[in-house]
Amino acid sequence: MRWLIVGTVPRDDFPLYEGPCRPASGRLQLGVHSVAVKRGTPALLAAACSAAETLGVAPPEVLLAGDIGRGQGSARIYEHLTRSFEFSSVDLMVFHYLQPDVDWHNRVYMAMEEKETWPLLIADAGFMYVAKMSGFAESYDLFTPDVGEMAFLADEEAPHPFYTRGFILQEEERAPELIARAYAHGNAARNLLVKGSCDLVASRDGILERICDPVVEAMEPIGGTGDTLTGLVSALVAAGHSIVRSCALAARANRLMGALADPTPAFSVADLLPSLPQALTRALSEKKP
Amino acid sequence: MFWQKVIGMARSFVGLDKPGDRGPQEGLSSRAILVFHHTSEVIRAEELLKSANIPVMVKGPPPELRTGCDLVIEFALTSQLEVARLLDDARLQPLQVLPLQNLLLEPVSLYHVKDFGDFLMVRAANMKITVDKRDRRIVNVSGGGCPDVPYLAESLVGKTLEEAPPPRTLGHTLCGYALQLAYEELVRRCAG
Repeated sequence: MRWLIVGTVPRDDFPLYEGPCRPASGRLQLGVHSVAVKRGTPALLAAACSAAETLGVAPPEVLLAGDIGRGQGSARIYEHLTRSFEFSSVDLMVFHYLQPDVDWHNRVYMAMEEKETWPLLIADAGFMYVAKMSGFAESYDLFTPDVGEMAFLADEEAPHPFYTRGFILQEEERAPELIARAYAHGNAARNLLVKGSCDLVASRDGILERICDPVVEAMEPIGGTGDTLTGLVSALVAAGHSIVRSCALAARANRLMGALADPTPAFSVADLLPSLPQALTRALSEKKP
Repeated sequence: MFWQKVIGMARSFVGLDKPGDRGPQEGLSSRAILVFHHTSEVIRAEELLKSANIPVMVKGPPPELRTGCDLVIEFALTSQLEVARLLDDARLQPLQVLPLQNLLLEPVSLYHVKDFGDFLMVRAANMKITVDKRDRRIVNVSGGGCPDVPYLAESLVGKTLEEAPPPRTLGHTLCGYALQLAYEELVRRCAG
């Protein structure tokens, strides 16, 4: 399976880059560029590459640009996708930290629509926001929101998680209601992996899997643990697992990775990643309940 | 301080009718307007924002808002943080910042605080910031989905609350805006 991860690097000087990605001494080698793995798309990529190696599948290719929030790098990516990208050449696309822009999203969507075959589509972070804002959420195969972002998906009027009506923190018990509401208004992908104290795998049919163990409290403040989860689930899909199974395995493996690393809230995601191969191997070896 | 005023205004949003001139779900929910007292301020703000490559449009305000200027500036909510900073720097103070929305939108008004012993985490909306209480050093920033989040995290993590730049000075999006709120709450809680 040819798979592509699309996102940004938090640097102003990083150019548009399309090509292979290779982990090297705790960093990522992207052609002639070397990028630190701290959080965001580099953390997703590092997890995806590590998981791919464990699973024995080809590593992802990447489409990246530098963006520190002004949107120029994201615009370069959007433009590249609409002008010169061959969507039918990839089987799986993972969209990540891109500046939400409905107009650009819809242009990318229209470019995809012209093709006979679509890749599987996973969206997280900013691109998940814009996929929902555009009204085309149901065309995606998987969204990976946290509980707060789930409230945003459930609110048919909210333009951003910051403005979600009735946004009440730590109300994870409302997740089933929020999931149902998101599907009722066409604002959810075909599958959802909702990250929280228990991770939930859901579809229009309701909650399909609930992964609660192990509990590693210190994971919550660590930036990038949601990114590693999206990297894991992407690699599992690329290895041929169903999306639902991939979500459940990834959630379990991400938790095991935390337990093995035994972090404090001061850890970085780079401190967790060395435990990923062992965690994923263990999750794969467990019998499905 | 103007920044505080913008946050205060964001907390008192009111609803407006949808003109219905946009695409499927974008509607007007992803847009907002700046209301100024004088037309000259609108013109200055429009010039300022356009020169910063922020797409804006000058429009006539709805009847409910015709108390000050007869023009408002429409902009994308996702660029609110950058808009606020640019206006602040130029000493341009809008009377109101309002989402174009037919239903009341409540921005985050609650903070979630989690105490890990030596570490304290504050969450505002989708953004979290964690500090080591022993030396007031920011040890982590997480959450959020816009591209300024990883950049903000790299700029803040490892610095003390005194050394770290306020997120509003570096951020460009609503995630950066939410991080500013979390940061302010963290500073408040760590003050004594």
